[in-house]
Amino acid sequence: MITAERKPLEEIIDSIRPFQRILLVGCNECVTVCAAGGRKEVGILSSLLQMSFLKQGKNLQIREHTLERQCDPEYVEELTSLVDGVEAILSMACGCGVQELSRRFKNKPVFPAVNTTFMGASERQGVWAERCRGCGDCLLGITGGICPIARCSKQLMNGPCGGSTSGKCEISPEVDCAWQLIWDRLKLLGLENRYEEIIPAKDWRPGGAAGPRKIIREDLAE
Amino acid sequence: MKTDSVLEKVLNAGELAVTSECGPPRGSVPEKIRQKAEMLKGYIDAVNVTDNQTAMVRMSSFAAGVFLRQLGLHPILQMVTRDRNRLAMQADILGAYAHGINTMLCLSGDHPYFGDHPMAAPVHDLDSIQFVQLVKKMREEGRFQGGGEIENPPKMFIGAAANPFADPFELRVARLAKKVAAGADFIQTQCIYNVDKFEKWMEGVCQRGLHQKCYILAGVTPLKSVGMARYMKNKVPGMDVPQELVDRMAGVPKDKQAEEGIQICVETIERLKMVKGVAGFHIMAIEWEQKVPEIVERAGLYPRPKVE
Amino acid sequence: MEAFEPVIIAFCCHYCAYTAADMAGSQRLCYPPNVKIIRVPCSGKVDTLHLLKAFENGADGVYVAGCLEGDCHFKSGNVRAAKRVAQVRQLLDEIGIGGERVEMVNLSAGMGERFAEMARQITEKIRKLGPNPIRNITRLAS
Repeated sequence: MITAERKPLEEIIDSIRPFQRILLVGCNECVTVCAAGGRKEVGILSSLLQMSFLKQGKNLQIREHTLERQCDPEYVEELTSLVDGVEAILSMACGCGVQELSRRFKNKPVFPAVNTTFMGASERQGVWAERCRGCGDCLLGITGGICPIARCSKQLMNGPCGGSTSGKCEISPEVDCAWQLIWDRLKLLGLENRYEEIIPAKDWRPGGAAGPRKIIREDLAE
Repeated sequence: MKTDSVLEKVLNAGELAVTSECGPPRGSVPEKIRQKAEMLKGYIDAVNVTDNQTAMVRMSSFAAGVFLRQLGLHPILQMVTRDRNRLAMQADILGAYAHGINTMLCLSGDHPYFGDHPMAAPVHDLDSIQFVQLVKKMREEGRFQGGGEIENPPKMFIGAAANPFADPFELRVARLAKKVAAGADFIQTQCIYNVDKFEKWMEGVCQRGLHQKCYILAGVTPLKSVGMARYMKNKVPGMDVPQELVDRMAGVPKDKQAEEGIQICVETIERLKMVKGVAGFHIMAIEWEQKVPEIVERAGLYPRPKVE
Repeated sequence: MEAFEPVIIAFCCHYCAYTAADMAGSQRLCYPPNVKIIRVPCSGKVDTLHLLKAFENGADGVYVAGCLEGDCHFKSGNVRAAKRVAQVRQLLDEIGIGGERVEMVNLSAGMGERFAEMARQITEKIRKLGPNPIRNITRLAS
């Protein structure tokens, strides 16, 4: 999922300071899974903002709503009646959702309530870790299912570097050395010989080096 | 002979090569380069110019290398993939070669986490092995990585680094094999304190005949104090300092520790001379360059052979 | 001017805390009427949102009373509750309401005396802290 973390409260409060009526929108997908912007987090943020504004002697009317996703125009359309009379929109979705709201409701300022971080997976309850950088040319099939671009601090395609220590990255004992993981997996799969095959220099264009990316499916697009 | 590199000439002649390091200044102060050059001249065949070492900004290795060349030394241009993409790397290689620099070392580089700009975006367009391939293609095919032809292609003597002490040990010979297959002509190793482990690595290296495809220079660094020994042992990733060495340094009074460190360094070189496959030494006396001449002399490596 | 009488919400788990409160009652032990008890099946049922809403609606102090460590009827509900209380303390500090107003307590079903004692202690603590800063501010209907 795309992971995110709620912005510091001070920053959020600052961004909506001038307003008295806002729409607070959550998202039922990725940010729900990582407990950053789902229905519950909307309720929590709403309560905190309410108390903060009251303490300043100001009134804040918050309309709360959680969409199935904020990154699809059909779902965003559901907000049409709810934005009436609202001065600003505060979105708890990832950057994709915030931009979709912005695109649809051009006349309302839209503010992000979370910082979108990475594409990752749940390691266990409450812990999410980066797994994918969207390089557009997936090589997981040759690296034993472990991504050196997302999980190696230096995105080496022919690692490990000389800083690997007891299976951990030189930058921190909390970070696994991706190439140790890859090597261990290659051994498990009986593919040790693959290690010496040099992975050549990467073409970064599918990964964004050629500009912002778009996928157009001719069979689906109208 | 693949290039005009003096280092290649010395190695090709079957002599034990000696290289050292010159870290550029943290400012626009060419005088500091001159001072270090004066200390090293005549005692080494070639000198590494480091590239934003430990991710701390310093004068570029290219600029410092040009100064060193002008002073009559033979720079080994270090370049890290952390700070520049393939366009910048190839551009710098063309420029360096035009200034008479014909030897280089291809590295990934220490992570910005350790340096003075942890907020910077690391580049890593290529890794060190892909970088070696790139430099080889420029020399052997006269082409840029993207395929275009190069006018007067640079003929670089290509070096890479190897760390027999990093984990996992079982991969360290295979990683060297990859660098050799990519085109590395010579290797400089991380500084050696654990000679037993180094010998074990060299066994694996020689078994595969890698020492015949590529010259291996053993890295050594003199310890200045027991504090330095402990720091290297505990705080530097990929460094192996045996406890006996720490104890040996600790067993000597503070004002005699520097001398003990030099003694250990010379003994290490003597022991390494006996190891099959070792083609020379890379003496890294960081901020202690003035000791290099003494080490070279005491290790019986002076005078340097005349090959030019 | 009227003396400040704190309004305190106590989320009490059915198996331990509520039973202890019940025992305090049957033993005719006195504890301040400021404490309003809400019975929950387990302290782990209490969510961050419940705690915040209590303060938003004007409570001066809130506590969550669960089983003793290791004795939770639902294994680790009291551990989860403690983590949420810790999170709410931080959030209340960040918005200037004051994290000291919320706390987690643990007791067993037989601790009638202890329940009454805790209720007294917490009431006094909150009395000294003063009213919830937003307690008397009128709000616009949304």
